[in-house]
Parts: sequence; C-alpha cells; structure tokens
Amino acid sequence: MSESTSMDRVLTTLQHREPDRVPLFLLPTIHGALHLGLPIREYFSRAEHVAEGQLRMRARYGHDCLYGFFYAAAEVEAWGAEVVFAEDGPPTTGEPFLRSRAAVATLSVPDVERTPCLARVLRAISLMKEKVGTDAPIIGVAMSPFSLPVMQMGFAQYLDLMLEEPELFDRLMKVNEEFCAAWANAQLQAGATAICYFDPVSSTTIIPPELYLRHGQPVATRTIARIHGPTATHFASGRCLPIVDAVVRTGTAVVGVGSLEDFAAAKAACRGKVTVLGNLPGIQMTHWTTAQAEDTVRQCMAAAAPGGGFILSDGHGELPLQVADETLLAIAAAVREWGRYPVHAGVARA
Amino acid sequence: MTNVASLPGKSPARPNEAAPPAVGDLVLALAAMDAPAARAVLDRTTAAPLQKAETLIVPALEVLGNDWSAGRVALSQVYVAARICERLLDDLLPPESPARRNHPRAAIAVLEDHHVLGKRIVSSVLRASGWELCDLGRLGAEELVARVRAEEIRILLVSVLLFRSALKVREVRRLLDQGDIPVRLVVGGAPFTLDPDLWRTVGADDTGCNAAAAVAAVERMAASLDGGAR
Repeated sequence: MSESTSMDRVLTTLQHREPDRVPLFLLPTIHGALHLGLPIREYFSRAEHVAEGQLRMRARYGHDCLYGFFYAAAEVEAWGAEVVFAEDGPPTTGEPFLRSRAAVATLSVPDVERTPCLARVLRAISLMKEKVGTDAPIIGVAMSPFSLPVMQMGFAQYLDLMLEEPELFDRLMKVNEEFCAAWANAQLQAGATAICYFDPVSSTTIIPPELYLRHGQPVATRTIARIHGPTATHFASGRCLPIVDAVVRTGTAVVGVGSLEDFAAAKAACRGKVTVLGNLPGIQMTHWTTAQAEDTVRQCMAAAAPGGGFILSDGHGELPLQVADETLLAIAAAVREWGRYPVHAGVARA
Repeated sequence: MTNVASLPGKSPARPNEAAPPAVGDLVLALAAMDAPAARAVLDRTTAAPLQKAETLIVPALEVLGNDWSAGRVALSQVYVAARICERLLDDLLPPESPARRNHPRAAIAVLEDHHVLGKRIVSSVLRASGWELCDLGRLGAEELVARVRAEEIRILLVSVLLFRSALKVREVRRLLDQGDIPVRLVVGGAPFTLDPDLWRTVGADDTGCNAAAAVAAVERMAASLDGGAR
C-alpha cells in the first residue's frame, strides 16, 4: 500500500481520526539560510531563496508542511517599522513605530499586494505551491490584530492603551482587523492551505481570561470569520488551557500549545473539538542529544496522539537557529518510529 | 479599572499562612488591578511606613509573582500591580526617605532587543521592595558594561525576550569579568523561563523566573557581595 501524502495525513488528523502516522510540522524558518549557504538578510531578500529553503528542508527532514512564514517583524515592516537583521537569529523589530497613543488615530492599512516585504512572502508561497501542489499543506501566518500592537507600539504602552483608552483601542483593533484579514486572504490566494493566527497576547500568560473574553476573543471571532480558509490559533509558548473552550468558539481548527502547558490536559480539553499542535520546547532543543529528542517525541505521542486530532510541532512557532540539524533529523526519525498509528499511551519510555 | 481576579479553575492567590490577613486582601486588590482598594488596605493597617512596605507590599508582590509562574494570574495583572505598588511605596517612603534601605548599587537593562515590559515590571517590583535602581535602558553588550563601570554598579539585572538576546549575555559576562570590581549578573525573561538551565549556560550568577523571584535573586547577590565571594 502506498504511503499517505502529507496532505492526507493532516486532513485525517484534523477530522479527529488516526492517519497512518502523526503529522510533523517542524516549522523551520531561518534554518533555510543555512541550507542555502546564505546570510540571513540575503536569504529573506528573495522569495526564490525562501521557497527553495523550505523545499530543501522538507526533503531532508520529511516533515508534513511547508511554512510561508518569513519573520514576524515583516508585518510591522509593512507599516514602515524598522527591521533589525542579525547573523544568528530571526530578524526582529526595531523601535516601535507608534511613538504615542495619539498616533493610533492616524493609522491606515498598508496595501498588502503593493508592500514589498509582504509581496515577497506571497511570491514565495506561490513558488512553493507550484512545486508541492496538493501533496503537502503550506502554512501561512498572520499576526492577530490583538497581538500585533506589541510590535506596533511596545508591550507596556499597548497594555496601558487596552486598560485605559477604550476608544483608541477599538480604533486600533478596527485597523488591524482590516489588515489581518487582507493579509491572510492574500496568502490563501497565493496558495497557502491554512493560516496560523498568532495571538500570544490572548494567552493567559499575558492577560486574564476576562480580558480575553472582552477583547481578544471577539477580535479573533470577527477576524477568523473573514479569513477564507482554515486557521490554527497559536499562543507562541503562552498558556491557553483556561480559555480553550472560548478559543474553540472563535471558529479555529487548531490550537498551538506551548511547552509550559500540561500537554495531556491540553489534548483532553481539545479532544473532538480542535486539533492540538505542539509542544516541543524549542529553546531546550538547542542543547538536546538525539536520545533526548527521541524521548520527548515519545512523551508527546503518549500525551496527545491517540485518537488523532494531533500534529507534532514545537510549542513556539519559530525554531531557534541554534537547533542542530542532528536534532531535527532525530525528531523526524522518532516520529516515523513512534508516531505510527495505532499509538498507545505506553509509547513514552518508562 | 478592570475588575479581574484569578483564572477560572485555579486557586485564588493565597499568601503564606503566617502572613497577616491584610496581605491576602492586598493580593486580591492587586490581582483585580484596583488601585483604590489596594490603597485602602494600606490605609486601614496601623503600622510604620517601612513596616507596611516590608510586611504587606513585598509579600503581596511575591505572591503575585509566584502565581504568575504557576499560571494563576496573568502578566498584565503583575504589571499593573507592580505599578500600583510603586506609587504606594513612593507615598509611604518618598525616594529621599532615610527609612529606605542602603543597598549595593543596582541597575537594570534590556539587552539588544526592543521589548521593555519585563524590565518595567522588575523595576517596579524592586522599587516597591525598597531598592533604588538605575535604569540603563536598552543597550548592546559593550555599551552596557561601559555604563555599568561608569555608574559603579555592583548588581546588574538583564532582561530579554528573545533567545538570541539571551545568548548575548555570554558577552556581557565576558566583558564584566575583565573588570577589577566584581559585578553580580542576574538574568530574566522568557528564554530563561522556557529553558531553566539557560542562565547557567550563559554565565549569569542568578535568575528569577518572575519579578518576585528576581527580587529574591538580587537579595542573594547583595548578600554574596557582603560576604565578599567572587
């Protein structure tokens, strides 16, 4: 019998059924520069580089998706913000471009198609789609309108705005929702299969559930309804267990779970409602042995694989560059060895 | 202010059983981000200003910090609580007050990245705990160590959000070790929470997984300087 394609595997698990094996979303980004032998800045300067990097990494590690994500700061680069490139990590945001609360009132939505940093992402997705067709999903990324302000104006200033300036907060959400829906739909149009909706501010690590229900959840519900494809909501290592039911009500199909969470409890809370994605500890992976990689994969399998509705991934959504090639190979090998269904809770090494 | 409390399904924030009952009241007021209620707790307590700070504010912030690490309260609550307490302490013990304790010179900085929330929270909690703190802002490793020398800092707190920035602590350590005067290095931020061994790997002397733990780490560093170690 021929082996399932990555797309079959993912679609089956999303239906809360067991495919041939647990799908693996490795989600490497900057590692692509290493595979092409390019400096990180040069790597991200051309769509062709990123598409080629993604294809080469999938060929090497055998994971089950391509990742259209360049770097988070691209979303504020589109609004005119500074992006800082480094040789040993992902490009990051410079100083927040909204220097005062009053500046929120004058914000206007960037034109997604005509903004070079975003157009490069769209082209990379198109190139990947040409190569992969329907064999594997391509995951696009859109920052939640509720979380984007951390890069737009800084964390502290944003929390102050949220708590003290309801009218400006509403104005900011309105502008950001327009941008997020347009950006996500452009990626789907370019060939992305699904959108990862990054929403770390909504996690209970950052705000209490009452504020999520008042702000983050309504924003997510409105925005996800406007995105013309499936979404995965990711909290980028933040906790989400206390709000899982509210997250499910936003209409998302997948929840990204961080490494600080009780993974078995997260799977139990999501079972039959949404697929769980997680929760390998990206930073700890930088000093793992291959045995640690295998053990942790086995523990994740025991916690979340039975019954489907599970995609193995890291818990943050962006792998540190310092995670070694050997570790990525060991994770992929462990998934092939221990992720083959039926998977039983006893798969974790005693 | 927004009325919020602990997370559903989680135990409410509870102080140590030996703590005065007013600490529990203050924790609840702070978790609800309710500044007037927090002030009322202090107003109805009959104690000297320094005693109010040491027996109410510091333990309450410690409870909230630990509750954040345990997932019982959110960072926004800790942030607002720290700011409320900083203002309360300034009223109780103005910065020039002789009742403020004499500490080794301490400073805090963000290394490399542009995320300053952690620094602001730790600064507020340390100040609310009676420490005077020099805020060095956001710097690279070389500039940071030059400022530490110029300001004669003995305890340096470094806050980061990004993993790449956490790795730059190694460079700070290397440069600090080239100086004649020992400087204690305390690190904190998400990468150190996600990898509990990382602070040792990068050569820090101590870490705190939340703002209250950072205060405890700074107190340990002050004690080690008093003892003349390293």
